[in-house]
Amino acid sequence: MRIALPWPCDARVAAACLAVALSAVALVPTSVAAQVDGGALYVKWCAGCHGEDGTGNGVAANTMLPRPRDFTLALYQVRTTATGELPTDADILKVIDEGMPGSTMPGWEDVLTQQERLALVDHLKTFSRFFQGDAPEQLEFSSATRGTDEAIASGQEVYQSVECWRCHGQQGRGDGESAPTLEDDTGFPIFAADLTENWTFNGGGTVEEIYRVLRTGLDGTPMPTFSDIVDAGVITDEQLWGLAHYVRSLSPEETPEVREVVSARRITDGTVPETVGDEAWEAVEPIYVPLVGQIVVKPRWFNPRVGGVWVQALHDGQELALLVSWTDPSLSPDPTWADFAQRVIEIMGPGDEGAATAAGAPDQLVVQFPIALSDGMERPYFLQGDARRPTNTWTWRSDAPDAVESIARGLGTAVPQPDGEQHVTAVVQHAEGEWKVLFRRSLDTGGAEDLVLPVGQAVPMAFQAWDGDNGESGNQGAVSTWYFLFLEQPTPVSVYVAPPIVLVLTLLFGLLVVRQAQWEASGAGAGAALRLPRFRLTKAVERAFGMGVGLAWLGMAAAAYRSASLGWAAGHSDLGFWWTVIAALMAIAGLGAMIGTFIHTQPRDEGR
Amino acid sequence: MIDRFWKARGVAVITALLLAVGCGGEGGGSDASGGGDSGPAASPVDAATAGHASGMVTFSGMAPANAEIDMSTEDVCAAKHSMTPTQETVVVGDGGGLANVFVYVKEGLESLDFPTPTQAVVLDQDGCEYTPHVLGVQTGQDYTLKNSDGILHNINASPTENRGFNVSQPVVMETNRSFPTAEIMVPLICNVHGWMNAYIGVVDHPYFSVTGPDGSASLQGLPPGDYVVEAWHELYGTLTQNITIVTGETAELSFEFNADMSAAHVPLGDPIDPMHPESHRTVDHQ
Repeated sequence: MRIALPWPCDARVAAACLAVALSAVALVPTSVAAQVDGGALYVKWCAGCHGEDGTGNGVAANTMLPRPRDFTLALYQVRTTATGELPTDADILKVIDEGMPGSTMPGWEDVLTQQERLALVDHLKTFSRFFQGDAPEQLEFSSATRGTDEAIASGQEVYQSVECWRCHGQQGRGDGESAPTLEDDTGFPIFAADLTENWTFNGGGTVEEIYRVLRTGLDGTPMPTFSDIVDAGVITDEQLWGLAHYVRSLSPEETPEVREVVSARRITDGTVPETVGDEAWEAVEPIYVPLVGQIVVKPRWFNPRVGGVWVQALHDGQELALLVSWTDPSLSPDPTWADFAQRVIEIMGPGDEGAATAAGAPDQLVVQFPIALSDGMERPYFLQGDARRPTNTWTWRSDAPDAVESIARGLGTAVPQPDGEQHVTAVVQHAEGEWKVLFRRSLDTGGAEDLVLPVGQAVPMAFQAWDGDNGESGNQGAVSTWYFLFLEQPTPVSVYVAPPIVLVLTLLFGLLVVRQAQWEASGAGAGAALRLPRFRLTKAVERAFGMGVGLAWLGMAAAAYRSASLGWAAGHSDLGFWWTVIAALMAIAGLGAMIGTFIHTQPRDEGR
Repeated sequence: MIDRFWKARGVAVITALLLAVGCGGEGGGSDASGGGDSGPAASPVDAATAGHASGMVTFSGMAPANAEIDMSTEDVCAAKHSMTPTQETVVVGDGGGLANVFVYVKEGLESLDFPTPTQAVVLDQDGCEYTPHVLGVQTGQDYTLKNSDGILHNINASPTENRGFNVSQPVVMETNRSFPTAEIMVPLICNVHGWMNAYIGVVDHPYFSVTGPDGSASLQGLPPGDYVVEAWHELYGTLTQNITIVTGETAELSFEFNADMSAAHVPLGDPIDPMHPESHRTVDHQ
């Protein structure tokens, strides 16, 4: 393109023009950003995974799946541009800032300054000649529709009609029939996203971000754009928003917080549920326990499939029921996933890891406890203990009929307990890409190396999970740190009956005191509705009596406060709250009685 | 402060560029092509002086069996096949012709600019197969991605010279796209049906041909001169042949692929095979 200028330019003038132009640039002071060397930053922070040449083959890349981005291809998943277009600078910055959930790419917003991150954006663009062309054009996105029930329902219809389920599965857990064959553009196996965990979505889990991905696709992955079908009138933009709302609705409203304690409510009417589908579970809040790859003991595992498990617990005073649920697209070993597993194994190992070499491993879940409780916070080593502090592990495998109780003194050292000492049962279900495993065990088995699960005391508990069809077995799986299981106290009836009785008594006694005072104040009790006998007492006795009453109130307040504490501790926040209110009222009453007595029994009152 | 700074710098840079570009262009005046004129350009080839090339692409030796495709989970597609469908990796006709070979003029046309055809070519997804399996287009020419199956297909293209894309077609529909840059070859796959693949050859002239099972290839209306013609096959790589075009005559094309060539380099914007990175297929420069 040539720009015509209003004044004549020949070769001589051109040189002068250039000189002027260059000096115009030179006049600008050196910027702060210019001092930031994007190339040096890249080598320092990025090259370890992405390689100095940007091809994604850094020294750490071999342990990663998905592999680090190959910047020379200029293929970016997270964009605001159409499929096949380059990302904008802001798009690249977003990924640098926020990282890529579900991969090893962390966010750098808190590590590097804005200028440094912008310098990196510029540097990444130098890896592909595609960035030398025109700046990419951002797509125009409509505003979000409201996430009404109707919108979600229409989105569910679109999910069916545009066949999202082919990869993502009917319930969105990445278990569609095409899922085992998926690979990214560089030929590596890739999972269809688990749509029930929006915090792991590439490009973000909000409705707006989901809509954006539907419009742009995730280039370099099997996820295509759905803009074309809107343009072609197959569905409307509103329906695409509906789809975004529906996909969003498959995940919890809030990203699960990591909480340390799994509380097991005590069932008082009956025994613990014996099936995973028992309706008793609907009333039990699931606690999310995140898992990470086992990267301590070789062979390590950098590609865990199970990102976390949901845990629910109930007990009946005799037995514990522990329900663990997690996403797993297949019941391993599933022949349709055999190729996938084999490729993962070949890609991830063996290297120096000495990994397993064959697919066909089962899915596994381990719940581990210490074999004895210590007084302090001391717990066994989180990877199935060590020689000094062994762990009691409950292992379930998808290829074995029942759970196995073992004693482990370190990862891979579990020794099953003898037949007579097996006390854990497991009931399982695999449906729509989800495992549900229900363990049951007596609180006190009588076994010498079995932990007696105490009521009212926190018990350390940890989880490990393997997805066989992701090539996981042996030490190569996902692990959690220690969490706690808390069996709630039995709740005596008095806990529920006492508060109202005390409340009523408090009120009555309060009324009595007020009446007495009113009667005294109004002389001989004329017009008093409630006549109480009048005692004539000396000031000293009155004072002693009043103070005594006050102290008694304070004592009752202290007792109420103790009940409140017990209530809170046992997880009965409602009881805790009401006892706290009662304690506060009693404390006020007690202090009031004492202060009132003190004022009204002053010596100067004698003269009246 | 930074904002103002950037604004100042931006203005300075833009001013500088305007001055440099504007002056340089006027002053240099060395543009040879002087192109930029759009509109339906005429072919630069004089039909009266043109010659032709045609011939056979053959296969010798034992052709490997193509992998069978299990379409049992896809009723719509299975119903369109009377026999068990197979991959189209090596398709040899009764007469020994090798099908799905992209034959094109590789060298000898550099100085000519050809008009972009306005007619789109069609790549159909029918019975969970791409038809044709190998397609040739000119740079900038539209090709129509057509879904005749009415079930979800996605078309995921992984070129290296052009930009890749990935579009979904959940119903019977058509989508037009084009590639601006010449590239041998652009692979297309459907992730929903992992067995579906196709290749598009993109060249900046109209002299290309895709063989059928009879193996015949024909390049019509070439200006007189010397050319390098290349034949590309997805498994056996490339063969080249030098030809001379004489006005009114037909030069003979003859390419013979054989079963021992499977280790050949296949020019392709093909993904690196993670299992065998050493087998990365590269462009075979000669």
